[in-house]
Amino acid sequence: MKLFDNKIEFGGYMAACVVLLLVLPAMNAFFPADSALHFSSFQLSLWGKYITYAVMAMSLNLLWGYTGLLCLCQSLFFALGAYAFGMYLMLHVGVDSVYNTALPDFMDFQGYTELPWYWAPFENGAFAIAATMLVPGVLAFVFGFLAFRSRIKGVYFSILTQALTYAASLFFFKNNLDLFGNNFILFGGNNGLTDFKEVFGYDVNAASTQRWIFVMSAILMLVVYLVIAWLLKTKFGKVQQAIRDSENRVRFSGYSTTTYKMLIFVGTSMVAGIAGAFYVPQVGGINANEMTPAKSLDVVVWVALGGRGTKFGPIIGAIVVNIIKSFTTRAYPDSWLIILGAIFMLVVLFMPNGLVGLPKQLAPLWARIRSNATTSATPAS
Amino acid sequence: MAHIPPAKHTPLILSVEGVEKSFDGFKAINDLNFYLEEGELRTVIGPNGAGKSTFMDLITARTKPDAGKIQFHLDNNEDVDLTRVREHEVSQLGIGRKFQNPTVYGSHTVYDNLKLSLAGERGIFHSLFYREKPAHRDKIFSVLETIRLEKHADDLAGSLSHGQKQWLEIGMLLAQDPKIMLVDEPAAGMSDEETERTGELLLNLAGKHSLIVIEHDMEFVRQIATRVTVLHQGHVLKEGSFDFVKSDPQVIEVYLGRQTRKH
Repeated sequence: MKLFDNKIEFGGYMAACVVLLLVLPAMNAFFPADSALHFSSFQLSLWGKYITYAVMAMSLNLLWGYTGLLCLCQSLFFALGAYAFGMYLMLHVGVDSVYNTALPDFMDFQGYTELPWYWAPFENGAFAIAATMLVPGVLAFVFGFLAFRSRIKGVYFSILTQALTYAASLFFFKNNLDLFGNNFILFGGNNGLTDFKEVFGYDVNAASTQRWIFVMSAILMLVVYLVIAWLLKTKFGKVQQAIRDSENRVRFSGYSTTTYKMLIFVGTSMVAGIAGAFYVPQVGGINANEMTPAKSLDVVVWVALGGRGTKFGPIIGAIVVNIIKSFTTRAYPDSWLIILGAIFMLVVLFMPNGLVGLPKQLAPLWARIRSNATTSATPAS
Repeated sequence: MAHIPPAKHTPLILSVEGVEKSFDGFKAINDLNFYLEEGELRTVIGPNGAGKSTFMDLITARTKPDAGKIQFHLDNNEDVDLTRVREHEVSQLGIGRKFQNPTVYGSHTVYDNLKLSLAGERGIFHSLFYREKPAHRDKIFSVLETIRLEKHADDLAGSLSHGQKQWLEIGMLLAQDPKIMLVDEPAAGMSDEETERTGELLLNLAGKHSLIVIEHDMEFVRQIATRVTVLHQGHVLKEGSFDFVKSDPQVIEVYLGRQTRKH
């Protein structure tokens, strides 16, 4: 089975492989900082962050663009994966000089002397990596089971997923939880988890480590792309799109649409979780701001801008919006949200198929300009 | 009413007995008895709110009755209680339903629409690793021929005309090899020529399948009807040949009279 639709897609994919896996890391590693060909470590981490965002956008696109489920908790899944890996990193910062313990600081200054039981397993790297997928996966499974079984769809599904995100962010903003007279310390509250030192024995802030994390993020994105390309060519992918077009018909054709939607929902939540895990070491922290409802809406904007229901759209959308964001938050910090809102409105009003659909949308216009040019040229010749 | 109570090993394929269904106190279906013979083409008519759609929902397990029995008589003399079956399992048993508005998968080709409807496994693993076999292809093309859409195999279903979409949906039912086909207003919104073709198609299918057709257009009913059931207030008002039903004073009173007065 052919994975790519045409030669352009294949060529683009190969070019992306070369640039992301070889050219950028090499420019970072082998050229001195004053060389014009040098790609700074700051830039590399920034692009690494964009790539993890792109993976989150791809996972949302599989749900929204191809299955018709507008999920507003993708950033929650992403943040849960980020927290799971952040907890691992947090437990490997070593003994600090102020309190002389190996505990995270926020536990120290609340008087904790021992690691709570729900934190302890995250000291193990393998457990933490598994948790980056399993925590969002289990949440999606439970929530999806309840929602899909009750036939909740359309805007109601979106509202419920947004409520879930909101509830979770309130929970993660808290420092402690008092439950039946017991006090549980949570996940760093407002500040979240930050100040990491080591990842699997390597200095997490070293240029070489960051370079490897960047390369692995890129591999993640390229692999997820291939998996989605494959999925869309299978009968499963066709059923998925049929659910988007007419779920009743699919059900009456004998498919358990609930099971299909469950698998897609759980699968995409796990992909978002892994993306979150790669985000943490490159950004250097995670806090509850990353899982607020507004962040989930951001992802929707990226997908819509890039092109919903296209393979390449979410990637380009995530990267373009975040480049604009990086620039405008520096140049016009107060008007960033207005600019984002304007972009979204422009896309909704004038670009139904997003950036990816733009060439096709403009083709008739281009043809008219060209035919005008040739007709006006003919009399002269 | 001369209903013959069904004996075992009957020529019947579906029997609905004493079925009741209320929505918020409104009796949509009221002591409904209905028997369908194997290979029969039955037309169901009745005024709006007579319970026609609820009747179909009940047969396809979309809604569960408050009382009564709905039995599907299989070839092996087994009787399946359709009130205890889940919605997506109904089609695997061999009951297909065409909705009132054509519901096809607009972003798939006509061919793929039929491919997704072919009888067979419906599981996730099957669909992930499905490979098309020549037999599947032959079946799809024979359905395409029946519904006269061979030339449109590679067109997107969304680009078809209204009438063609209706045929495609009938084709999607056919691909499932159903024993019973429930067809809701197949001629709605069709041109006269398309309506006639649809009638021919349904007449062709009778015998090979058992059909229940809901229709409003009396001209179309005349074309296809051998036996007509008139529903009124969730109950069978009359049953018989087209001419018998058409000249019945009660039917004229509650349905036909109203319809002609409107025009």
